Amino acid sequence: MISVEGLTKRYGDVPAVEDVSFHCAPGTVTGFLGPNGAGKSTTMRMICGLTPPSSGTATVQGVPYGRIANPGRHVGVLLDAAAQHAGRTGRETLALTAMLTGVGRDRAGAMLDLVGLSGRPARRRVAGYSLGMRQRLGIAQALVGDPSVLILDEPANGLDPEGIFWMRGLLRDFADRGGTVLLSSHLLREVEAVADRFVVIAGGRIAARGTKEELLAAPGRTLVRGVDGAALGAALAGAGLRPRPDTGGAFLVEAPAEAVGRAAASAGVVLLELREAGGGGLEELFLSLTASGGRPSGTPVPSPHGLEGASL
Amino acid sequence: MTAATALLELARPSLARLTAVELRKTVDTRAGRWLLVLIGVAALAMVPVVLFAAPKDERGVPEMFVASQTGVALLLPVLGILSVTSEWSQRTALATFALVPGRGRVLAAKLLGGVALGVAFACAGVLLSFAGRAAGAVLGRSSGSWTMPMSLLGTALLLAAIWVSMGVAFGTLLMNTPLAIVMFFLLPTLWSTLGEMVAKLRGPAGWLDTNKTLIALLDPDVSGGAWARVATSVTVWLAIPLAIGMLRLTRREVK
Repeated sequence: MISVEGLTKRYGDVPAVEDVSFHCAPGTVTGFLGPNGAGKSTTMRMICGLTPPSSGTATVQGVPYGRIANPGRHVGVLLDAAAQHAGRTGRETLALTAMLTGVGRDRAGAMLDLVGLSGRPARRRVAGYSLGMRQRLGIAQALVGDPSVLILDEPANGLDPEGIFWMRGLLRDFADRGGTVLLSSHLLREVEAVADRFVVIAGGRIAARGTKEELLAAPGRTLVRGVDGAALGAALAGAGLRPRPDTGGAFLVEAPAEAVGRAAASAGVVLLELREAGGGGLEELFLSLTASGGRPSGTPVPSPHGLEGASL
Repeated sequence: MTAATALLELARPSLARLTAVELRKTVDTRAGRWLLVLIGVAALAMVPVVLFAAPKDERGVPEMFVASQTGVALLLPVLGILSVTSEWSQRTALATFALVPGRGRVLAAKLLGGVALGVAFACAGVLLSFAGRAAGAVLGRSSGSWTMPMSLLGTALLLAAIWVSMGVAFGTLLMNTPLAIVMFFLLPTLWSTLGEMVAKLRGPAGWLDTNKTLIALLDPDVSGGAWARVATSVTVWLAIPLAIGMLRLTRREVK
């Protein structure tokens, strides 16, 4: 389990991460999404004790990372697949980690098998590895200590479609066996299929978090249609709700369904349709949340109740 | 909180294990192996020099040993520097410090590993010196001593430890390979040159130039003053850089 509470990192006056809080529960895969430079990597480094936060705390299984006696045995970390010694072979890289964490030497070989790097690739120096191979090696390195938590920064970067499919299965399996996974990506599609929950970050701040369903049902956007369109529009405007007519004679309103219904009822307008606006799917939501570099104006942050409750 | 206590209870990797890992890191890359071979060659190459160039009665085991360690001393600091700076240039620091959050323990392991290699090269130097003396006897080119004074070996071990630790200290302080290597070799020379040019600096130069203060330990009778100079120069070029470097290392953001 990973708990992040109010993490903030400032470089001088420039904030890189501001007041980021979220929880990752055992048995789940959390997709940590955001455009490049949103603060994903900084947040992950703060969780792993590699970047000192300006304020806030992060714990893994209730313990600050830096106080875990042998972190490799509990938390598998892959923060940058390119950060490997170019002169070491793949096998040697894993052997060093196995030696350090105190797991058996055979663990290195088993992990090379698991990620598909056994045989000739294992004996090659990392300098000759493609980015995809380095990602596989990095995932193998994270798994050597048989951890219960995985923290992976952009692990799909450089993987081919087959590799992404493979990693998806691996992470799903890891979570289904009770593990906790936090993986970041700037591409929604890479994690959409495997993640149970999402934390969307933009401009260093949390833009949204929750399950896919919770995010899509962004409260506050309501579609409403009445018998008399003009009267409905006037009623909504009179209630200060600023209706936007759509092409089909209905209105999109930036307000919860209840407020819209009450405005119509008090004006005596007969409604034909009243529902939460579906929007254009997760992709459009992701773009709208991150494009402006922060919260889209007028859209309140979805604050799902299930997320915190489930993880605590 | 059973999960949390389990996290704290599992033993952290011992310093011995960390040191073994650091030693392995010095031999598991081609560049690392070449550096070790180069140090070995430096130790070996100085023995024939003594055999052919030194006065005949000074072609004994102690002379050859001192010569071989002079070659080693030149490269041992580079070994120390690289053990630290390669973590940054190769960006392995990310994995290293994610696996061992206690950064001071990694630094301690690097120091211990470096000292262990220094000891190994001193022992190799002893063997080479006896081999050189034997070769001198066979070739009829040596009439020097066959004895290896234990005090000399002790001094050599101390010097090896100081050289390699100074390298680690410079590497930790500067965290950049070329900068650390250039500074390590430039600063003492610069200091000596300044000492010769500026009369007022001549006194302090004798106290701070490690090339002079440490070599003085190889004299048969070391004066108390020589030890004081060693202590002063080692404080300035080893203890202080190491302390500041350690502070930098613990505060630094690892990317």
